[in-house]
Amino acid sequence: MSFMTTLSDPPSGSFRLSMLINDTRYRSYTFQFIALVIVIAIFGYLGSNLFANLRAAGLNISFDFLGESSNYDINQTLIEYSSRSTHWTAAVVGILNTLLVAFLACITATIIGVIAGILRLSPNWLVRKLMSIYVEAFRNVPVLIWIIIIFTIMTVVLPAPNAFRGDNATASMLFGAFAFTNRGVYLPAPVWGPGSLIVALVFVASVIGVFMYRRYAKKLLFDTGRLLPMGWPSLVILFVPTLLVFFLLGRPIGLDYPELKGFNFQGGIQILGSLIALWWALAIYTGAFIAENVRAGIQSVSKGQAEAAASLGMRPNRIMNLVVLPQALRVIIPPLISNYLNITKNSSLAIVVGYMDIAGTLGGITLNQTGRAIECVLLLMAFYLAISLTISGLMNVYNKAISLKER
Amino acid sequence: MTKTVILGTLTVAALAAGAAGAATLDDVKARGKLNCGVTTGLVGFAAPDANGKWDGFDVGICRAVAAAVLGDPTAVEFVPTTGKTRFTALSSGEIDVLARNTTWTFSRDTDLKFDFVGVNYYDGQGFMVPKALGVSSAKELDGATVCIQTGTTTELNLADYFRKNNMSYQPVPIETNAEAQQQYLNGACDVYTTDASGLAATRAAFEAPGDHVVLPEIISKEPLGPLVRHGDNDWGDIVRWTFYALVAAEEYGITSANIEELAAGTDNPEVNRILGTEDNLGAMLGLEPTWAKAAIAAGGNYGELFEKNIGENTPIGLSRGLNAQWTDGGLMYSPPFR
Repeated sequence: MSFMTTLSDPPSGSFRLSMLINDTRYRSYTFQFIALVIVIAIFGYLGSNLFANLRAAGLNISFDFLGESSNYDINQTLIEYSSRSTHWTAAVVGILNTLLVAFLACITATIIGVIAGILRLSPNWLVRKLMSIYVEAFRNVPVLIWIIIIFTIMTVVLPAPNAFRGDNATASMLFGAFAFTNRGVYLPAPVWGPGSLIVALVFVASVIGVFMYRRYAKKLLFDTGRLLPMGWPSLVILFVPTLLVFFLLGRPIGLDYPELKGFNFQGGIQILGSLIALWWALAIYTGAFIAENVRAGIQSVSKGQAEAAASLGMRPNRIMNLVVLPQALRVIIPPLISNYLNITKNSSLAIVVGYMDIAGTLGGITLNQTGRAIECVLLLMAFYLAISLTISGLMNVYNKAISLKER
Repeated sequence: MTKTVILGTLTVAALAAGAAGAATLDDVKARGKLNCGVTTGLVGFAAPDANGKWDGFDVGICRAVAAAVLGDPTAVEFVPTTGKTRFTALSSGEIDVLARNTTWTFSRDTDLKFDFVGVNYYDGQGFMVPKALGVSSAKELDGATVCIQTGTTTELNLADYFRKNNMSYQPVPIETNAEAQQQYLNGACDVYTTDASGLAATRAAFEAPGDHVVLPEIISKEPLGPLVRHGDNDWGDIVRWTFYALVAAEEYGITSANIEELAAGTDNPEVNRILGTEDNLGAMLGLEPTWAKAAIAAGGNYGELFEKNIGENTPIGLSRGLNAQWTDGGLMYSPPFR
């Protein structure tokens, strides 16, 4: 053994400077080091230039403006906000609005994408072609155009609140509870009376109950092979106790219907037209990409899997849900992460329809009114970076959980 | 080697920084062109015509400054700026002067380190509503949905006005005037608010201007004027006095039609001083003696610029109002040229 070690020992010579270029062992380090120095120098130059120029103009980098009163109003605020609040609060309102639209769009895009992706492989010729038209039409037109199209259609087609007024109104509310106007959609809002907490708790308990029932049924199926019905018992567990408690307590939860008062509908919940336009544009646009991922994922599962399941007598529905999709997820999840990131970043196009996201408050009005462009843009970058890294971190955890366990 | 690179970098950075703060006049002369920041297009104030030639009230200021400094009113590079980019463009030195319906406010003057050289248009924020709404005063707008151009002082005035009058409203922020027009006409908002001059210009473009009324309330002061970077006072003086030369020219009856005749010499010493035939005011600014003559000849005096671009005989149809000469009860008042 010992003579082999001697043989594989590197020739021990003294280190010479020329080896940095001539010796393959060191050459790559040399060039990497040079590249690093150049990159640092470029950023150093840009940074020092910025600071020197700012100093020459008598300006400075300061975030003090965040504590000053913002003096502007925002039309959709998920937290308490008025024009007396600070620029920082305005930024938080914007962050929440960004997260809201990104969350809604991610969920909707996933649902649309999964359905469209599966239907693209449908044996039905018409369905298959319709889905490929959807995918090709939507992913090949920029999302900005889709946002504008949906928003414009909403403003032009839907009636103004004024059309609901008077005896010969040209528009009327759906079921007397929903109003679709070009300013947005108005829905009834729940009013929480005394005792409503009990109803809510019973409902939460019912949801847990449904899960427990399904778990029990699954265990029974695996243990004994006996198949319990799933559909109607779940519905019964979900709704019957809640409804019983609701009526026993004398209907503690009421509804606040939107009503036309003055210029606008008052009461109820208003979903802004700009939110709807942005949400659905992002959802259908990204849904087209997700559909392609889903299709690729399904096709990556070997055909033998589906055939084997079919030969066991499984119905097509179950083959898809129990055999194909779980395996396809391994292929679908990684590109899905980048689609979620795209939705979040594309939501910064909100300003074209006047939806006040973080780019509209901090990067728009605040930047304009304070003139602190560099500070605002730095904060924006930090926010988008943080949110993107969080999403991708969470999705990677999920990806690990479903990936093939190799033992 | 590394050290040299970094030292070199620092030197270059320092040089670049030095250049940005140096005399703007020398830069403009060396370049042979004035970089003037204007809007991306607001008819009457600054917009390119069918041939791509910039025209308008604010453009007139740019041309006058170029004529005064370089002797050529066409030696202007127009840099279109949005409400968002305008201040960065000016403070970074990308433009030498910003003539873009910019409201003179305290914080812009002090905190942002700019110098407003004067007011070329006294404006104020107003409201426009459809006649059918039956509203006759802004005090009746409680609960209304208001379309508003984002990135302007109008947002702040609106918030202040409704708070002061204890009224609620829903803002619909919109990026451009054209989009605001569409939203307003479709009834997506009850009210459109912007500077009264902008409302007049917008209403003029409607199919049925008579169906819309501009409410009597003017809720803010909007002195619009050209501005330069703070710190280069010589350059600030040049832009300021070029503007005042246009105002004074109207007061003393110097027009683009009679300027050659008057430049031969008159018996009014102030006119002679403006036109450079008496004393040498130009030298005090570091310019040619005929600087003001060139500026006035570029597009006419203040009144001529007004009438040609936004006056009552144009589609914009604005009356002089506060922007009349002080001798006619307005606020246009040039300090004496002596």
